[in-house]
Amino acid sequence: MSKYKSVFDIIGPIMVGPSSSHTAGAVRIGRFARTILGGTPRHATILLHGSFLETGPGHGTDKGIVAGLLGMETFDPNVKESFAVAAKEGMTFTIGDVNLGPKVHPCSAKLILETADGRKIEIIGTSIGGGNVAITEVDGYQVRLSGEYPTVITVHDDKPGIIGKVTGILAERGVNVAFMNVARKQRGREAFMTIEGDHDMPPEAIEAIAAVDGIRLTRYLPKLT
Amino acid sequence: MSTETTEIQFQSIAELLALAEQEGCGIGEITLRFEIQQSGFPRDFIWNAMLARWSIMQEAMEAGLRQPITGLGNLVSGNGYRMGAYEPKLLDPILAQTAARAMSVNECSAAMGRIVAAPTAGSSGILPSSLWGASQKLNSTPDEIVNAMFVSAGLGMVMANNSTISGAKGGCMAEVGVSTGMAAGAICELAGGTPAQVVQAMALAVKNSLGLVCDPVGGYVEVPCVKRNSLYSIMAITAAEMALAGISSYIPPDEVIAAMKEIGEAMPSQYKETSCGGLAITPTGRKVMESKPQTLGTP
Repeated sequence: MSKYKSVFDIIGPIMVGPSSSHTAGAVRIGRFARTILGGTPRHATILLHGSFLETGPGHGTDKGIVAGLLGMETFDPNVKESFAVAAKEGMTFTIGDVNLGPKVHPCSAKLILETADGRKIEIIGTSIGGGNVAITEVDGYQVRLSGEYPTVITVHDDKPGIIGKVTGILAERGVNVAFMNVARKQRGREAFMTIEGDHDMPPEAIEAIAAVDGIRLTRYLPKLT
Repeated sequence: MSTETTEIQFQSIAELLALAEQEGCGIGEITLRFEIQQSGFPRDFIWNAMLARWSIMQEAMEAGLRQPITGLGNLVSGNGYRMGAYEPKLLDPILAQTAARAMSVNECSAAMGRIVAAPTAGSSGILPSSLWGASQKLNSTPDEIVNAMFVSAGLGMVMANNSTISGAKGGCMAEVGVSTGMAAGAICELAGGTPAQVVQAMALAVKNSLGLVCDPVGGYVEVPCVKRNSLYSIMAITAAEMALAGISSYIPPDEVIAAMKEIGEAMPSQYKETSCGGLAITPTGRKVMESKPQTLGTP
């Protein structure tokens, strides 16, 4: 029931100001999105919603998301200079606004990220308070990722047996599944699965998952720092 | 330490106090044992993680004393520096330096410098500055200061779990009020107060913060936040001193926390971090909003 379970939830996070929800949370959304993409994007379209839009610049939300996409931590002094760092590292970005509707948490952003080789993903991330974040949508699939657990994401053919093989691979390596979510847009086409585990997943396990017949894409997200 | 295996769980200040009295140690030690049990990490590791936070707090306190710092919104500039260089006419010099350090931390935060949220970024100046002031008075060792930080974290956890530490949900009392209560209790134990006095220091400080609204001008974490941290850091020390003198809150600590929750829920939303009321909509506050068109993506 208690939301705050550690002394470091109260004395922390270590961060650059001015706001734990609007700055540190923004950095962590960017970091989270970057790991889902699998590296620094070539171009990022950052769309701010609600309170992120209203008080974003004053709270450094725009700089924070860019910093996170570049892989910076919440306490990196370069968060402030993230636009310049992006220019140096060859990441271009545009920042705009979006209305995701009244049901979406006011501290949210939609990120459209593109890689140099033409891959593109769309992510919605939310800052839920005190620097804690959640990813709620990836490429139109509803998800709920907290970053608090090592996570594997797969995009695979929507056909029987794949989910069992993936969880089997994890079970054989002693990884207990804490939370799991499967979504699809249309029956028999493509499915999207997220598995949050209680333990770190070894690279070899991720390779074994990627090799399962019918798996189109695998991505491993370590616990978010 | 023979009873260190006792399971440490506390939902209320009364339970936290009872554990300290039962185990014959301070609130800080009980909170540390809680963290050891919850995280599974060794005592030294956790202790050093807290010590690392203290050193970042010290850097942030020094940052605004070395040179004037200006917030992103340009609404606060060099107040920590100004106060730090000033020779006080009324306050004890250490208290004047405490006030300077609180503003320094918050100006550092407002300029996107590095701080430790305690419990939030907007209230991050109170705990370090008041700990610094008290430790100067008491010649405290770094270990005593770290122990005091565990005191503040234990009290803060109970307040966060039974009320809120979000200005958007409970107004400024949820941030600065909680922070001041955390600091008052921490300083009280640092000065040798009993666990019973520690929780009274917290209650006195929180009680005096009830109703505090969050109405930041222009949507920046600058006005009234920075100077408020300074004033409340002195209040934290005063509350600790009162508790040490044997003064207690007529309303018990847990009931004060419940009152804070009740007031926060009843508080209109224009006073809960929306910049739609209070100082934010004064003629001067409105001018800030109008004259500072917030353009996204401008460096």
